[in-house]
Amino acid sequence: MLIDDVVIVDTFAEAFAMWGARVLITAENEKWALAAARSMTGFATSVIGCKCEAGIERAVPATETPDGRPGMAVLLFTTSEDGLAKRLVERVGQCVMTCPTTACYNALASESMVVVGGSLRYFGDGFQASKLLDSRRFWRVPVMDGEFVVEERFGVQPAVGGGNLLLLGEDVAPTLAAAEAAAAAMRTVPGVILPFPDGVVRSGSKVGSRYKSVIASTNDAYCPTLRAVATASQLPDEVGCVLEIVIDGLDLPAVEEAMRRGLAAAPRSGLRQISAGNYGGNLGQYKIALRDLLPGARREG
Amino acid sequence: MSLTLTLHTEPEVPLEAEALKPERFEGMTAAQISAVTVLYGNQQAPLGDFFRVAGQPDGELCIRGDVTRVKMIGAGMTRGRVVVEGNAGMHLGAAMSGGEIFVAGNAGDWVGAEMSGGSIVVKGNAGHLLGSAARGGRVGVRGGEIIVHGNAGNEIGSGMRRGFIAVAGDSGDFTGVNMLAGTVVVLGRLGWRTGAGMKRGSIVSCHPAELLPTFSYACTYRPVSLRLVFGHLRARGLPVAQEHFAARYHRWSGDGIESNRGEVLLLAA
Repeated sequence: MLIDDVVIVDTFAEAFAMWGARVLITAENEKWALAAARSMTGFATSVIGCKCEAGIERAVPATETPDGRPGMAVLLFTTSEDGLAKRLVERVGQCVMTCPTTACYNALASESMVVVGGSLRYFGDGFQASKLLDSRRFWRVPVMDGEFVVEERFGVQPAVGGGNLLLLGEDVAPTLAAAEAAAAAMRTVPGVILPFPDGVVRSGSKVGSRYKSVIASTNDAYCPTLRAVATASQLPDEVGCVLEIVIDGLDLPAVEEAMRRGLAAAPRSGLRQISAGNYGGNLGQYKIALRDLLPGARREG
Repeated sequence: MSLTLTLHTEPEVPLEAEALKPERFEGMTAAQISAVTVLYGNQQAPLGDFFRVAGQPDGELCIRGDVTRVKMIGAGMTRGRVVVEGNAGMHLGAAMSGGEIFVAGNAGDWVGAEMSGGSIVVKGNAGHLLGSAARGGRVGVRGGEIIVHGNAGNEIGSGMRRGFIAVAGDSGDFTGVNMLAGTVVVLGRLGWRTGAGMKRGSIVSCHPAELLPTFSYACTYRPVSLRLVFGHLRARGLPVAQEHFAARYHRWSGDGIESNRGEVLLLAA
């Protein structure tokens, strides 16, 4: 398949079952809501090394938040429901509660709920109090600028992680431009985040390593410097740079839609191929075929 | 058509009609409902002596006429909805644990006394001891919500353990007396001796008030939690002024003769 002379490789992205939560952070102004959201989503690029993956979904206007202040919606993903509860407590406690003027609310309606504010309330050392409004309990923890309001329970749901696109370009500049455009298009989809720095990752990985203690190692098949030595390089001769965009979403359709928009936005001069990472279909629960995302793409030949 | 009881004969003495709740009439015919007895003074009397019955029981009970002398409407109810199209008598919704009560007019004393769940809305004024403990009792409201669009009398929320009471107008003396926890919001003015003997819980007013000397000033700040409370009240149709959402409030801690863990939040001038 071709889009604007960029080859869409007939392959699939292999995605995994995860658990996801949506957290709404509000603050006195957007600056501080963003500060808390950035802190909460920091060091959350991959579950391999960070225990969770997180990102800012969107800015939420004051008219849409429970307390009428500007907010940021954050999505957080882990591999288990229990793990998600732990990460939420850690990150809301360390990154949101600590940030001036913030409050933190559940923003995901789900039958599965995990306790977050109900754990963080103990920071109040007995001075905490709560308000029960419309069957939602909000804890008020005394802090040095007034009170930190945090909802007792947060909704969690099965989610999808690891949707991805690989962008293969001639050089860094066009590949980076393609990645930036694709990431911008993907971010317009509700319910997804791109957990890597500004949505783009260069250190794509494969499972395992020649070293026993390393569970993931560099994806040599896509490293231009290893074209001559890798056993199964996937790089055409003219490709000198590969960048990847990883997508986590609250459900499969959201991930697919993000990939679809990314595929449509990335092609440009200097980009040679768009592919996707997989493990032969042996590890992930979901296979997202690129050809299924672009039924209208031009067939080669 | 929902079950409708229309007052045709006003009782000369109070009628104790605990039977007036939707669940009591489930599966009954109009004749059977008319024969249900209520306490009229010190006598048993059939409901039909006072009310004309129409419609079918479907979980909602509509009461028409001025039933100021009818006590205990909806008392102990666990589900369903009661609509009183006029005024309601004392002990409305007392000890209820679920369902909804809506009063288009005024309500007497002891509205929602010792309730543990459900909601009561009074569009007019409510009397004394709204959401309070019964005389001799130590614990008042244990849950649920009471919204009064008009004024309320003395001792509202006395002994309250949890739950939510809001009054759009003024409240009388001893608001939140002996409160154990929960929330009382008075958008108007508070009477004397607010929060006397309170242990925990919140009392909020959008006007200044003179507090007992056993309350201690803590700070003046902008409570985020009040934004949630006011948003909740506005969604219930109470006229919360926009400037009150982000306003500064004086926080007083008390009552010092108890655990001092309660708070009174008063709008700063």
